[in-house]
Amino acid sequence: MDADHTLDCIGLYCPMPIVKTSQRIKELAGGEVLEVVSDDRGIKSDMPAWCEKTGHEFLGLQEDEGEIKVYVRKSPATE
Amino acid sequence: MSDEGVTLIVFSGELDRALAAFNLANTAASMGMDVTMFFTFWGLAVVEKGGGARGDKGLLQWMMSLVNRGGAGRLKLSRMNMLGAGKGAMKSLMKKHRMPSLQEMIALAAEQGVRFVACTTSMALMGLTEEDFIDEVDEFAGATTYLGLASQGNVNLFI
Repeated sequence: MDADHTLDCIGLYCPMPIVKTSQRIKELAGGEVLEVVSDDRGIKSDMPAWCEKTGHEFLGLQEDEGEIKVYVRKSPATE
Repeated sequence: MSDEGVTLIVFSGELDRALAAFNLANTAASMGMDVTMFFTFWGLAVVEKGGGARGDKGLLQWMMSLVNRGGAGRLKLSRMNMLGAGKGAMKSLMKKHRMPSLQEMIALAAEQGVRFVACTTSMALMGLTEEDFIDEVDEFAGATTYLGLASQGNVNLFI
């Protein structure tokens, strides 16, 4: 999946990937896609829950040997 | 302002419980919720500067401040503290897993706009003044303030 920005969260555990995502997404323009790379499997449930709460769009995830890439599209409404 | 509020009563003064409280506070703030942490009783130690006994204290308060010196760096584990050995092991494990320290979690919470309220009744009981607390604490209030906020919120925890 094509992303406009990447956030490396390898080695970080809850709540840091979500905290860093929330900080980073503020810098994006509405409609841009952020890729978050994590090896904490909690993110598979946490990122959709975060998107549900904040109004950003959860686009899906890819998992490869413990490395999880999740994709979030910034909501134009939150700018 | 978000229309969703999270209120956390931090009653305990132990490292593990304080970490749980700040984990939730930081996550909720990242989710766009308004977060208030109300520090009361032993929980005041979490946000004390930890400079030791000072101010106008009676004998009992002075003795209590000696055996219960505040400050995020001085908190013990609620289990397996083992005179600090267990705490040391826990801190080293947290570092190994790149987990933020309690002090880092406190700074992050303040940066994310979490409100820190210290309970004035507990402060009076323990002989603490506003100067005994870290700068992140900017409100000093009672149970009515807390309940007012909690009744507007939808998540309320006692830790």
